[in-house]
Amino acid sequence: MPSSELIYDSTSRKSPAIEELKEAVKYRELIFQLTRRDILTRYKRSVLGIAWTMLNPLGMMLVLAFAFSQLFRFDTGGNYSTFVLSGLIAWTFFSQTTTACMNSLVWGGGLFQHIYIPRSTFAISSMFTGVVNWMFSLVPLLAIILVTEKTLPWTVVTFPISLTLLFAFSLGIGLLLSAVGIYFPDVVEMYQIILSAWMYLTPIIYPENIIPAEMQWIFKINPMYYLVKLFRLSVYDGQLPTTADLVPAAAFSLTILVVGWVFFTYKSKEFAYRT
Amino acid sequence: MPTIEPNTAICLDHVSVAYRAPYERIGTLKEYVIRWFQRRVKYQHFLALNDVSLTIKKGEIVGIIGHNGAGKSTLLKLISRVLTPTSGRVWVRGKVAPLLELGAGFHPELTGRENIYLNSAILGLTRKEIDEKVPGIIEFSELHEFIDAPIRTYSSGMSARLGFAVATDTNPDILILDEIMAVGDEAFKHKSEARIRSFFEQGITIVLVSHSMETVEKLCTHVVRLDHGVVKGDGKPLEIINEYREISAV
Repeated sequence: MPSSELIYDSTSRKSPAIEELKEAVKYRELIFQLTRRDILTRYKRSVLGIAWTMLNPLGMMLVLAFAFSQLFRFDTGGNYSTFVLSGLIAWTFFSQTTTACMNSLVWGGGLFQHIYIPRSTFAISSMFTGVVNWMFSLVPLLAIILVTEKTLPWTVVTFPISLTLLFAFSLGIGLLLSAVGIYFPDVVEMYQIILSAWMYLTPIIYPENIIPAEMQWIFKINPMYYLVKLFRLSVYDGQLPTTADLVPAAAFSLTILVVGWVFFTYKSKEFAYRT
Repeated sequence: MPTIEPNTAICLDHVSVAYRAPYERIGTLKEYVIRWFQRRVKYQHFLALNDVSLTIKKGEIVGIIGHNGAGKSTLLKLISRVLTPTSGRVWVRGKVAPLLELGAGFHPELTGRENIYLNSAILGLTRKEIDEKVPGIIEFSELHEFIDAPIRTYSSGMSARLGFAVATDTNPDILILDEIMAVGDEAFKHKSEARIRSFFEQGITIVLVSHSMETVEKLCTHVVRLDHGVVKGDGKPLEIINEYREISAV
């Protein structure tokens, strides 16, 4: 009987990080179903349906692009709205997925109290939901760029690489935040403030050269600076990212992912004790 | 650790579960940081289970009895992996099916069919396994014409039927039951009772928590009595139940 081979031992000394990874693979159908649930329920009851996903970030970007191009007249060496849009493509993915990840793990707690579920599946599915929404929102954005620039650089083909790195980074941050948020729910609120500060510290709505040279280190220690740059290079500058662009982005993303995963799984035995 | 015989299904070895509750509830990080600096974070430990050791053999039907707060639910949570013990060891062989939350994770906006997939995935099934189960679940729940309507349009009896059908359409080695559940109208109650009974007849290991001594006496082969997190009795049903009745009568 193969099922009797299945043994659970609470004192197993195997690494929780590796065990959770195996469980997440085993529960891959759950990751898919949770993503499907989030997408379907978001669109089922709204009249405009999928259009909302496209219009939301679009509205925000238009406001920003209009306001800042009129107010500050940053010289970005090109079309300012395209410049902002290219940065926001990365930023909205990051801010939405990390917030959603934390919300589902901190507030979705009822289920975990009754049934064993590898919790990482909830975090991973938040990211995949983000990917689907991101792809919907990309349609009008690329359309705007196409209209204003009359052309779309072929270098956007590097998006999958950039998005993979951004996915890894967001998942890592999402896991770290959730692990802390389960103990202290006010972190969820605090994070929104951190997010807006973080956004203004990242050159998204302004070009990086307006910051004096002696302050440039503030970008160098910011992982989102490198990730935003990858997207901006391909959409706005029409360039392929060089090794110098990719290495720091990949190093930051993978480090944060590993740190987040290990910390989350190491703490996860205690989560059930928190209600 | 006692030796694990080939016929052992569940083994708990000196298991304790301590909930650490702050004297005053500290709900925010801000408060915690302030108090930590003031060295004022104090905890009290509440032992939900205290040094519990028990062995359940394959095919046994074990009744867990005790008053409210005796640690019965905590015990079930340990066996179904929801909770990891604070100390001691929990060892379980085989696939565990907890029949605790029927329709856990049902989403009102999704259709009955979509919810079958979601709920089965929560129980750890793969796509292929779910595909095979769907017709049987629809058949058992008798929701044929409503299965593609959103659950929010269901009556509470209908969603209970669907939840029961999803949760019980499984071939576990160990079944965890919190009271014998019977849902729906009279006709469906009989049907759900029959299904639970078939589990008892299949010879799988069952752990049942119940307040009904009649049920426990009738069904169980082995009874464990808990009192304030401590095992106070472990043996033949009648013996343990009589002990419990004497104590409760006082």
